Amino acid sequence: MKVQDHAQAAAQFIKDEERTDWHDETLWFVRQKRDLAAHGIPEWEQLREWASQIKDHTLSNLSHYLESFEQKAIANGIRVHWAADGEEHNKIVHQIIADHDLKRIVKSKSMLTEECHLNEYLIQKGISVVDTDLGERIVQLRKEAPSHIVLPAIHLKKQDVSDTFHDFLDTEKGNNDPQYLTEAARQHLRDYFIASELAITGVNFAIAETGGFVVCTNEGNADMGAHTANVHIACMGIEKIIPKAEHLGVFLRLLARSATGQPVTTYSSHFHRPREGQEMHLVIVDNGRTRQLGRADFRNSLKCIRCAACFNTCPVYRRSGGHSYHTAVAGPIGSILNPNLDMKANADLPFASTLCGSCSNVCPVKIDIHEQLYKWRQVIVQAGYAPVSKKLGMEGMAAVLSSPALYHFSGKMGRTTLKYAPFLVNNGFNPWYKQRDMPAPPAESFGEWYQKNRS
Amino acid sequence: MKVALFIPCYVDQFYPKAAIATLELLEKFGLEVSYPKNQTCCGQPMANSGFEHLTKGCNNLFVENFSGYDYIVCPSGSCVMHIKDHLHTEENEAAAQDIRNKVYELTEFLVDVLKIEKLEASFPHKVGLHQSCHGQRGLKLSQMTELMAEPFSKPGHLLSMVKGLELVELDRKDECCGFGGTFCVTEEAVSVKMGKDRVLDHERNGAEYITAGDLSCLMHMEGILKRRGSKVKIIHIAEILNHHLS
Repeated sequence: MKVQDHAQAAAQFIKDEERTDWHDETLWFVRQKRDLAAHGIPEWEQLREWASQIKDHTLSNLSHYLESFEQKAIANGIRVHWAADGEEHNKIVHQIIADHDLKRIVKSKSMLTEECHLNEYLIQKGISVVDTDLGERIVQLRKEAPSHIVLPAIHLKKQDVSDTFHDFLDTEKGNNDPQYLTEAARQHLRDYFIASELAITGVNFAIAETGGFVVCTNEGNADMGAHTANVHIACMGIEKIIPKAEHLGVFLRLLARSATGQPVTTYSSHFHRPREGQEMHLVIVDNGRTRQLGRADFRNSLKCIRCAACFNTCPVYRRSGGHSYHTAVAGPIGSILNPNLDMKANADLPFASTLCGSCSNVCPVKIDIHEQLYKWRQVIVQAGYAPVSKKLGMEGMAAVLSSPALYHFSGKMGRTTLKYAPFLVNNGFNPWYKQRDMPAPPAESFGEWYQKNRS
Repeated sequence: MKVALFIPCYVDQFYPKAAIATLELLEKFGLEVSYPKNQTCCGQPMANSGFEHLTKGCNNLFVENFSGYDYIVCPSGSCVMHIKDHLHTEENEAAAQDIRNKVYELTEFLVDVLKIEKLEASFPHKVGLHQSCHGQRGLKLSQMTELMAEPFSKPGHLLSMVKGLELVELDRKDECCGFGGTFCVTEEAVSVKMGKDRVLDHERNGAEYITAGDLSCLMHMEGILKRRGSKVKIIHIAEILNHHLS
């Protein structure tokens, strides 16, 4: 089955206008919380600049920092694995699980494992993983993908969660009390934490000078999983590296404020070495990142720290929902990352934007997202992934607009049509007219007026 | 001072009143303004759709029409931004660069070049100011809410000189209206939803008119207002600044 493109899926989402308004307002509230938190830091714009420069510098010296990180991590007793792509990443994780023959596996939030489709891969091998982030657990029970990288279940209302928990956790039907539902999830997940034998986590920052890594959560679920399990596997993309521990003073201040408006994530857990008797693995994944690094126009998309501020501010995302982006990472940042992973399948995404530029200006690491959206459009059209009808339309338009005579003639024709035969335009085949009136055609163009009145 | 008037294609065809107001306003300040007759379009509709390679004809025509002036003034932030960012020609890149430096959006020209501090204009109405994204975030005509920086607004500064005009406060000061060029038809559902939400913000806060520096946003919102049978009207900022009680 062909995946719906963004425009079709968004139209489907908007059909429920009340829910769309709720989704929009909920995420706008998060954007406002971000504004408030950022206003509390006089040096906010300076922090963004520092973060941007640290990331630029790191990307320009990535192999150096990756190697020194690996050295330090190994010296600390961490086992380091390298994966060229998602498939290799999944195989490595599976091999570690198989070597130990472990069954009780918990995973805290990691967008990389979503990108690599780790859960589906392991299910095929007969292994099931329990997602322990509350939002992720909710969507996992519903067999859905996360719709937002920080707030995975933001597309669901509390009654949806209540229904899901009633079906899977045997909670009271119709009890929508968030406290009650959270307590039910807490009890349910606690059993898994206590029994966990192997914990998978993501990585927010990997520090080259120490060989340690930092995982940020609000629920403490990464710690609970890793602290009880005898095997900890952390998965990271190659771009998660920062040179020094002191740089966390820049990134941790920006991350939570940009993401949810909190001063800092509730838990910023620093892992340096396995505890006595524990095994700690680190899987470092490329999966198209070096290809993106080689694209001059798009390389700085790899600066992303996955805060989702661009999601929350995006007027298109707020009104179309994360699933309409049909990829692990949705929103504006996803629309510049995903064409690198599969240009044909994701050719619609750079067009799911008005290029309003809000994303680039909330971005804590100053990625020029909207400019990259524009550039991806050019690349996608050049690669032949534009619909034929659009291509023909654009060629016709370019021919008319390149010729003053044709332009004046067509303009007059257009206005005359609107005046005397509006039914040719005002019909169901014109997407403008579906929910909008056409402008009233004036008697003369400005050019015609000027000819009479000024020359 | 030789000033060329750059009128976007859809303004020429559908909103001549805004173009006339721009011309008259500039003439009031004693400027010698001419309108190069063979101008068509800046090429943005193609470029933003991924077809920048088809804009060579438009670019050459633009350079032909607009070379040799001291300033080029246009009542559209979006078209000005496109020219500033993307006007290039293989034949005469020096001329293209000269144009990129001399092209101004109307309100920035009035505030930054003419340094207007007084206007003989009156418009006794409640007006909502729509911040068009390309003007605001692209040309920095106003401070955006995303940045932690001093607020300012060039269009707001000019509107504050208009007698009787009351600016209404909006709940969302600078959210996109959803026009977005070909986005308005390729993503029709999202585009209209965004436009509806913008229009409702103005209605809710008591605006009689929605004004902006870009008629593309206004055309989109006008289409929605009319379909909804709303009493709120749209008006280009040039028409307000040029408006006086007769």
